[in-house]
Amino acid sequence: MRKPDFVYVIYIQTTPEKLWNALIDPEMTKEYWWRHRNRSDWKPGSAWSHENYDDSSKVDIIGTVIESDPPRRLVLTWANPAKASDPSKVSRVTFDLHPLEHEVRLTVTHDETYPEMLSSISTGWPAVLSSLKTMLETGSAMPMARESRSLK
Amino acid sequence: MDEVFKALADGSRRSLLDRLHARNGQTLGELCDGLAMTRQAVTKHLAILEAANLVATIKHGREKLHYLNPVPIHQIGERWIKKFEHDKLKALSELKRRLESRDA
Repeated sequence: MRKPDFVYVIYIQTTPEKLWNALIDPEMTKEYWWRHRNRSDWKPGSAWSHENYDDSSKVDIIGTVIESDPPRRLVLTWANPAKASDPSKVSRVTFDLHPLEHEVRLTVTHDETYPEMLSSISTGWPAVLSSLKTMLETGSAMPMARESRSLK
Repeated sequence: MDEVFKALADGSRRSLLDRLHARNGQTLGELCDGLAMTRQAVTKHLAILEAANLVATIKHGREKLHYLNPVPIHQIGERWIKKFEHDKLKALSELKRRLESRDA
C-alpha cells in the first residue's frame, strides 16, 4: 500500500458521538464546511456526495463509503464527479476519532491523491478542520468557512 | 498555543518542518539524511514538534512516518487575520516574492 499523502490531526473538546454527527449532519456541515452537505446513508458500499447546501445540483465530490464504524472510523473514496470513472483519479479519505479524557483526537488521512488535487486539499483541510473545532467548542463556526466555496 | 510558538522558535525545528513540507511522510532516518544534527537531536526536536501537534505520526507497515500538520498554524492565522485581509496579504506576499526574486 502506498503511504498516505496527507495526515491532519486536530484535538477537539467534544465527544466522539457529537463529532461523528458533525461530519454527516447537513445542518452542521453547512456551518463549517463552506455551506456544503455530505449526503449518504453512511452504510458500507453506499454512495456519498459533497454538495452545495442550497443547490444540490452542484456536486463537488462523489465517492463510496468503504468503512463506517460510528463513532470511531469513517473511510470514503473521494473524487471529482467529472473524473470519478478514472480509478487513478479516485482518492481516499479516512476519519479516525480517538477519544481522550476531555477531548477527541480527529485524524484525517488523505491517500491516493494526484497532483492536480493536491493544492485544493492542502489549503482546504486545515481551514475546514479549524472551523469544525471552533463550531463544536464555541457553537459557531469561522465566518470564512460558512460561505459557499466549491472544491474540485 | 504556547507550545506551538515555543516549538516554532527554533531554527532546527523549522528546518525539519521545511523538509516535511517539501516531502511529507518521512521516516526518522530519511529526515536525518544530510542534516548536520545527530539522530538523538532530531528525535528530541520531533518529540517537541509532535507535542505541539505540528508533526503527526502514523504507523505504515513497520515504519513510523512523520507528516507536517499545518492545522495549528492555520489556527494562528485565523486568530489574527481577518477575512477581508486575506486577499490583500496574499497580494503583498506575492509582490515581495516577485521583487526579491528579480533582485536575486
